[in-house]
Amino acid sequence: MSSAAGARLPGRIVLFCVFGFLYLPIAVLVLLSFNEAGLPTTWSGFSTKWYVALAGNSEILGAAWNTLVVAVAATLISTVLGTLLAIGMETRRRKSTGLEALAFAPMVIPDIVLAVALLTFFSRLNLTLGLHTIILSHVIFDLAFVCSIVRARLKHFDYSIVEASRDLGASGWTTFWRVTFPVLLPAIIAGALLAFTLSVDEFIIAFFTAGAGRSSITLPIQIYSMIRFGITPEINALATIVMGVSALALLISQWVNKEQMS
Amino acid sequence: MNQEPTAQEPILRIDGLSKSFGPVRAVDNVSLDIQRNEFFALLGPSGCGKTTLLRMLAGFETPGSGRILLDGTDIAPLSPEKRPLNLMFQSYALFPHMTIRKNLSYGLEMERLAKTEINHRVDEIMAVTDLTPFAERKPEQLSGGQKQRVALARSLIKRPKVLLLDEPLGALDKKLRERMQLELKRLQHEVGITFIIVTHDQEEALVMADRMAILKDGRLLQCGAPEEIYEHPADRFVANFIGVMNFISGVVTPNGSFEADGLSVPMPGAAAGPATLAIRPESIAVSMNGGGIAGSLVDAAYHGLDRVLHVKIAACETPLQVRVPAHTSADLGIGSPIHLGIDPDRCRLFPD
Repeated sequence: MSSAAGARLPGRIVLFCVFGFLYLPIAVLVLLSFNEAGLPTTWSGFSTKWYVALAGNSEILGAAWNTLVVAVAATLISTVLGTLLAIGMETRRRKSTGLEALAFAPMVIPDIVLAVALLTFFSRLNLTLGLHTIILSHVIFDLAFVCSIVRARLKHFDYSIVEASRDLGASGWTTFWRVTFPVLLPAIIAGALLAFTLSVDEFIIAFFTAGAGRSSITLPIQIYSMIRFGITPEINALATIVMGVSALALLISQWVNKEQMS
Repeated sequence: MNQEPTAQEPILRIDGLSKSFGPVRAVDNVSLDIQRNEFFALLGPSGCGKTTLLRMLAGFETPGSGRILLDGTDIAPLSPEKRPLNLMFQSYALFPHMTIRKNLSYGLEMERLAKTEINHRVDEIMAVTDLTPFAERKPEQLSGGQKQRVALARSLIKRPKVLLLDEPLGALDKKLRERMQLELKRLQHEVGITFIIVTHDQEEALVMADRMAILKDGRLLQCGAPEEIYEHPADRFVANFIGVMNFISGVVTPNGSFEADGLSVPMPGAAAGPATLAIRPESIAVSMNGGGIAGSLVDAAYHGLDRVLHVKIAACETPLQVRVPAHTSADLGIGSPIHLGIDPDRCRLFPD
């Protein structure tokens, strides 16, 4: 028995180190955001003053608002399109690997490549850069994530309930809203929340497609520009909030999807 | 002119129905009349086209050619929701996100009936199918047998002219299946709705159906009452598919006698030439005191009420199956000589 426990011990140490490596920096960041002192070197007591300072910073509030606008708009558009794409792909009689690759690609193409490509594309079209171009760009990769989550759900979907609905006298439209959509809803919500999370903390693509001027600065870009003058506890506080929102959305997304899978 | 349908007219007339999937003719020129209030079975091995035929009746497959006349009106061009018949799915296809009550009321809501009428009919059907205690449960909280009853109730509540059932008992265990066979038959009498059931289980069809149709490779081989098909199968396939049948190859002589090695059965009027004699295990008699066809006992299987003897005779490669009452054959040992008698009236002859 003791030898079994002994054999498990090195494994536990490795696990501990890995999670420590992953989460210690974040824990330190969160801790420092509550530090009374302005310097990261000394701890002088618990305080929420940096959060209060954030609330009075109009630049940051503006960036937060922009982020919200981008995330909500990109999420709505990509959720509708991604769901329709997923249903279309899964109900096609003829499966096409080419189409699958196209739907999947934005998830694996490096962000920087996508960012440069989009910037080139937008300037070719003579589009003025701004929040709308960030939204368009975010829709592209959000769409791929929503689509893949809804498709995973559709793989286990019992299509006979669609036929049963028709058989019982419902039109195709009624069947979609009363049967297909409610059964897919948890996956759609999970996809939407994931899209929202990805959009909130996306930096590279937003940075490339935002254009000049304060009007289209999002939170990640704001943090990046603040950091050039040194890391202040204010940034820590802001990062903590962004992380909290993302983590919350991600947790809800997983919970909703698991709830239905079981 | 629209005539009031009479009791003699079939409720459903399938007229030259065909359907191909690519080069495969799934249903090949099938014509059938199904009578009012009949319990009709579509029977055949898997891949015989019975499910495709049923799905064409429900509207989920478009016929390649032919007509489906329901009370004289061709329903083939109608989409599934516009057909006054309902399908009970093999997988039950219950709506997982709705309670049992919601599942049952769904079809009536589509008819835009008044709420009180819907509630009344849901309560009624739940009482008939013993589902009242489960009204507020979700399908996942029910057993297989309960789900099956919900699926049945959900299609019956629409009071269809014809109820189609796709292997309705396939997912149940043997005991429950046997009970549900009688239950379904009782229910069908009670509600007075024409049932068309698809099954691959010949025993199930024999027990439940008033009439049945045997399909193979998309073609209709025979249609009739269970007794008729059991006693007078139209061809070798049907003879073999329904129940147990012994086959003996031989020749019909010009003077009307079936001859095989050590075996001669008078078959007056039969066409001369090579033929196969078919006889049921229960139609062969065993004579203990000699006479008849000589054979030897290869095996005996005890079934409680009766015993199935496997008897090797010279005329036939595979041993004949002979069904005798259990108490008359208890003292027969394996290898003992045995004599069989064949009643010509209970034989069927299939020319090769």
